Amino acid sequence: MRSLLDLTKLADELDMYLHEAVLATDSEATGVSSDEIFDLISSRLKDMRRSAEEASSSNNPCRLVPKTGPLMRAYSEKGGMCGGFILRASAIALEVATYNASMGRIVAAPTAGSCGILPGMLFAWEEFYGKDVADKERKLTEALIVAGAVGEIIANRATLAGAEGGCQAECGAAAAMGSAALAYLQGGSCEAVSNAVALTLKSVLGLVCDPVGGLVESPCIKRNGLLVSVGALAADMAMAGITSLIPADEVIDAMGQIGRSIPPSLRETSRGGLAVTPTAKKLVKGLGTKKR
Amino acid sequence: MPVWDIIGPVMIGPSSSHTAGAVRIGRIVRLCWGGDVRNANIYMRGSFATTGEGHGTDRALLAGLLGYAPDDPEVRNGRELALKSGMNFNFYEEDLECAHPNSVRIEIRDDGGRRMDATAASLGGGAVSLQELDGFEVGVSCLLPVIIIMNRDVHGVVGAVTTYLSSHGINIATMKLHRNSRGGLATMVLELDINESAVRPEEVKKVHDAIVRVISIPGVAL
Ligand code: SF4
Repeated sequence: MRSLLDLTKLADELDMYLHEAVLATDSEATGVSSDEIFDLISSRLKDMRRSAEEASSSNNPCRLVPKTGPLMRAYSEKGGMCGGFILRASAIALEVATYNASMGRIVAAPTAGSCGILPGMLFAWEEFYGKDVADKERKLTEALIVAGAVGEIIANRATLAGAEGGCQAECGAAAAMGSAALAYLQGGSCEAVSNAVALTLKSVLGLVCDPVGGLVESPCIKRNGLLVSVGALAADMAMAGITSLIPADEVIDAMGQIGRSIPPSLRETSRGGLAVTPTAKKLVKGLGTKKR
Repeated sequence: MPVWDIIGPVMIGPSSSHTAGAVRIGRIVRLCWGGDVRNANIYMRGSFATTGEGHGTDRALLAGLLGYAPDDPEVRNGRELALKSGMNFNFYEEDLECAHPNSVRIEIRDDGGRRMDATAASLGGGAVSLQELDGFEVGVSCLLPVIIIMNRDVHGVVGAVTTYLSSHGINIATMKLHRNSRGGLATMVLELDINESAVRPEEVKKVHDAIVRVISIPGVAL
C-alpha cells in the first residue's frame, strides 16, 4: 500500500468501506486472508485495551519523568477547558506511554515511544461517543485497520523510525493514524479521512527526536499526551468540511524529505535539542548512580 | 509492512529495538546453543552499551536467553530469573569501530568445555539480525526457520544439501554461502519456507562427510 489516494479510489471503484479496501490490498500483498487480518487486528485491539487498563493502575515508576497520568485523569474528571474527551484521551495516552517507559506490556503503534496515542484516541472515543454504537468492538477494529493503513503508507513513502525521520515519524505518525481512525469512527468519507491525516501531519512536520538520556521518557511521554489533541481536532476539522490544500500523500512525502534533512544530532542520538539542555545533562548525570 | 506489523508488535517496553529486539536476540542465541544457558559473557556494543541499562536491554537479553518472548511480563525480571536459574552472567562493554550501532556479542560456555560465540544486531521495530556465529558470517533475521551448515570447503556439499531438502519436500526461501579463509571452512545459511521440525540436523549432517556442524533454528516471530 503506497497511497491514500489509490486506496480511496479502490474503495470507490469496488464500492467498499475503507477498511475493506485496506484488507483486500494487504491480503493480496501477503497471501493472508482478509478474515485472518481482521482477526489479528481485533486481537491487537484487545492487547491495546489491556495495556490501557494495566497502565491506569500501574505504579511502576519511570527513571526521569514523575507520574502524569493520574494527575490528568483526576483533572479530566473535574472539567478543564479542552473538554472531557480530549482530556481523557490525553490521560490515557500519558498513562500508556508511562507504562511503556516502565517496562509495561504495550502494543507498538506504530512504535513503542508513540504507543499511547492510539489507545488514548480510540478509548476516549469509545467512552464519550461510542456508548450507543452498535457492534462497537467491530467498529473500533475497523478504525484500527484504517489507522494501520495510514501507518503502512507512511512507512512506505517516508519512515516510522525516529532515528530516520525524527519524532514527526513516530508521535506525528501516530497522531495522523489516530486522526484517520477518529474521522472514520465519526462516519467520515474517505476524503475526510485523508484530510484528517494531511491536517495532522502538516502541524507536526519537522518535529525532532531528542530524548533526554536516550530514554523513551522526556519529551516522549508528554508528546503522547499532547498530540492526541492535534489528531482529534484535525479529524473534527475534516468532518467540518475543511480540506487540506496539499493532499495527504504529498504531505507524507514532504515529511519523509524533511526527515532526511533533519541533522543526525536530532534523530534519536540524544546529541542535540532537549537532550543537551543543562537540565537534561544534570538529570542524566544523576542517572548513572541510580540503579533500579 | 502489512497493517499487523504497523499495529504491533505486542511487547514489553520501552523500546522496540533496545528491549523487544534484545529479547529476540537472547531467544535466538539460546536456540543456536540448543538448550539451557549456564554461563554467558555479554558484550554490549554501541547504544546497547550506552543506553541499554535505561531500556532494560540487560534484563531483556537475559530473559531471551532463558527462552522468554518479547511480550512476556517476566522480561522485567530478567536479571532475577537468570540468577534464580543458576546462570552465571557478566556484562561488558565492547568498543568496536566496525560494530553495528545497536549490537551485542554473547559468549556461552558449558562446564564440559563447549563454547559458542554469537553476534547479533537490533535493526528497529523488534527486527534483528543474527550477524555471526563462531566467527562465521550468518546474516539472518530468524523470522523464518533457518539451517546453518558449516562445512569444509570442498566440492558437492551445496548440491548434496539441496537435493536432500528437495527430496523431503522442504522449500528453500533464501540461501547464502560464505567462505571463511580461516581453516578452509564455509557456511551455508538457508531460510526455509516450512517449519524446520521436518529437518533433522543429524540427518543433514550425514548427507556429506565434509559437513562439520549443522544448526537449526525455528522461526522466531516478531
Ligand atoms: S522523541 Fe524520539 S524516542 Fe521519543 S517518542 Fe519521539 S521519536 Fe520516539
